[in-house]
Formats: sequence, C-alpha cells, structure tokens
Amino acid sequence: MNVTIVDYKSGNISSVINSFKEVAKNKVTIEVTSDLNKIKSSDKVVLPGQGSFKSCMDALDQIKGLKDTLNEFAINHKKPLLGICVGLQMFADVGYEETETKGLGWVSGKVSKIDNQNGKYKLPHIGWNQINIVKDSKIFKNIENNSHMYFVHSYEFVPNDKKVISATTDYSSNIVCSVEKENIFGTQFHPEKSDRIGLKIIDNFINL
Amino acid sequence: MLKNRIIPCLDVKNGRVVKGINFVDLKDAGDPVEQAKIYSDGGADEICFLDITASNENRDTIYDVVEQTSKKCFVPLTVGGGVRSVEDINKLLNCGADKVSINTAAVENSKVVIDSSKKFGSQCIVVAIDAKKNGDKWEVFTHGGRNNSGIDVLEYAEQMEKNGAGELLVTSMDRDGTQVGYDIDLMSKISSKVNIPVIASGGVGNLDHLVDGIKLGKASAVLAASIFHYGKHSVKEAKDYLDSKGIPVRI
Repeated sequence: MNVTIVDYKSGNISSVINSFKEVAKNKVTIEVTSDLNKIKSSDKVVLPGQGSFKSCMDALDQIKGLKDTLNEFAINHKKPLLGICVGLQMFADVGYEETETKGLGWVSGKVSKIDNQNGKYKLPHIGWNQINIVKDSKIFKNIENNSHMYFVHSYEFVPNDKKVISATTDYSSNIVCSVEKENIFGTQFHPEKSDRIGLKIIDNFINL
Repeated sequence: MLKNRIIPCLDVKNGRVVKGINFVDLKDAGDPVEQAKIYSDGGADEICFLDITASNENRDTIYDVVEQTSKKCFVPLTVGGGVRSVEDINKLLNCGADKVSINTAAVENSKVVIDSSKKFGSQCIVVAIDAKKNGDKWEVFTHGGRNNSGIDVLEYAEQMEKNGAGELLVTSMDRDGTQVGYDIDLMSKISSKVNIPVIASGGVGNLDHLVDGIKLGKASAVLAASIFHYGKHSVKEAKDYLDSKGIPVRI
C-alpha cells in the first residue's frame, strides 16, 4: 500500500511527513509528491494545508492538472483522502480569508472567520483543545471522546449538511473540527502534532 | 475548552543543550533530541529551542538538531535565536520546526515578520520580545538583551500583531534568571492590548509563578527553563499543580 502526501508548496509539511513515516514504519510506503501519475496510482491521499485558504487554493492552481487529479481521486474513484487544517477547509465551496475564493466544493459549505466575540477569544485559536465526537468516524477508532488535539487556526469550516460533522470543539462556539463524507476525511486540528493520540488517528487513516 | 500551555525551553549552543535536565539515567545530558523527547513524553504541550550559538560557523548545528527532534517529538516545536531572514525561517520550517521565533530581526526590519507571515502563515511566526522596565514603561531590547531600541513595548506588541505575528513570546529581562516570578504587570498589559496569544517568559522559580502568569498575567501559555531542569519539577507536576488551582491544562 502507498499513501501520498500532496506537496503543492503550501507551507511547512515536514511535520506531516515525519508523523506519517513514524506511523507507517516500513509497512506502508509514504510518498511526498505533486506528480499527478503518482497521486492517481496511490491508495490514499493526504492533503495538508498551511497559510490562508486563498494561498492554498492558489498553490493548488499553480500545479497544472492537480485539482482535476484530486477530483478524480476523491470524487470519481472515491478513494480515501484526508485533509488537514486548510486541507480540510478547501473541501468547502467557498472561503473568505483574504478575499472570497472558490474551494474544491467536495463538502458543501463555507469557511469563515471564527467569531472572537469582540476580543473575548484570542485568534488564532492556538493550543490543545478537546474534541467532542458527534458521530462514529473510521479515523476515530479507539480514540476516546474529549481527547486533546492541537489546533492552530482563525477560520472555521461551516458545512451545510451537519451530518458530515464527526467532531466539534468548543472555542467561542462549537467549531467543526472533523468531517467524514463517504471516503473524504478532514481534521481542522493537526493530528501530526497531537502527540500519541494524534498518531493513532493517522494510523487509523492508513489502516482504513 | 482551550487549555493553557506549558512550554519547557532548552538553550542550545553548538548543537548541545547548555542548561538542561540533569537526570542520572540520562545517556547524554547534552543531547537536545533526548531532552526534548523526555519533555514531550512527560506531557509538555510544546517544546522550545533557543539557539544561543555565538559563532557563525556553528550556526548550522541547529538545523540538524531540529531535524532529529521533529522525527521523535510529535508536539509543536518552536525554534528561535539568531533568526535573521525569511530564508532562515524557511530552512528551520523545512527541517521540521512548527514555529519560528524572531527577535532582533523583527525590530530591525519589519518586512521579515510581514513577509514571513504572508509566505508561511501567521501560525508559525512568533515574535519574541525582550522587555525591560524604564520608569513607568517597558522598552524593547535586541541582540540578546544588549541593545536598547528605545521602542515602547506595548506599541511594539500591537504593531507586531498588525504585521502578522501569530503569537508573542514576552520575556521580562528584569525577571529573567531571578526566579522571583513573571513580571505580571507587563504580561497582563500586553495580553490586554493584543488579540493574539501571549506566552509569558522570564523569572519562574516555582509552580505558583506559573499559576500567576496565567491567572494574573492573562498569558495563554507559560514558558520556563530552569524549574524543569535539574529535576526540580517535572512538566507533569506543573500540570497537576495548575489543575489543582483550577487552571485548564491538558492532562
């Protein structure tokens, strides 16, 4: 089996690479590439994302054919894909960071700024917060409810269909922090930085 | 609920830990990777390396340290000390740092913070402020505390938020190394002034100081070095203590 981490120059992905390699050991091949053929032939894809919604979408657009290849992988062939942080946010139809930007449109919804309630809540939402698991998700196998995960973000994904939400976290309001829609998985938090429990989520994804 | 963070800091010089944990069972007390792993296994919410390498020819040692650490520690890693340019930040991030703290360069050239936060995202840009009291205000010092820029700390903090800093790491130079506690007045004033998280640093001597930094100083995170070294307190003890005082921590 091989898992491909999409390297589309969207900021720092070395922690994602390190964590997947740690979990995979020598049993699963971890590829880090933007090569379209390699993505097509992989069993699973990880879509990381750092920086703004717009900068990540722009970076995807910079690599000719990448969006189509990802669409084919996740939507046509329904192969497992995990989006992390902005990688999850890009599933939306539209994002409002910097300027209104069209997303991948895989999970209907929008990405807007967290309401900081007039400064009551600091942004970015940085640090360890507990997740409230609201539906069984395959990536939460053996993950206890209220586990701590590491977050860094100022924008939140607001899906139209609440049934895709697999976990929320409490910061200003109930922020969506994990989604599962058929073969598409996403976490707003960083499993690669969430200690042993985060590595377990990565392990669950690899072993889907 | 978001938890307050405890961040142990290790001083690294020429790739070796200068002040660190002094456990008898430690194979190599100077190995930053081993020390960072002990902290992360012990429940540290993040790890911070401060590179105090003085000579330029040994500068690259930190990259190797970061690379090795990021393969073993799966909590956020912040690296600072001697970061001069967007390229320096890029190199540290590529080696596996999750955040980079910028001190002198942020004062001398505002473009470093503006450009790097645009390029890599605010989430990985920490501006480190060395503050020293002068009359009824604080001033920003640079070059490891040797030079007084004369800039007002509160105005500077606000400016850094505007420039794109994701967090501020505030060290009171008056308190650093004294073990009498954080400069609570300084921390709470900065924390009230900006909407980004403030990490308090400088002066921790006991666990009550950590409590004060969060409760009175309104810091989102507390950084400490010496109380965790030499086995005086473990990170777990610190967390249990904070928890007993009603402060939300990850246990």
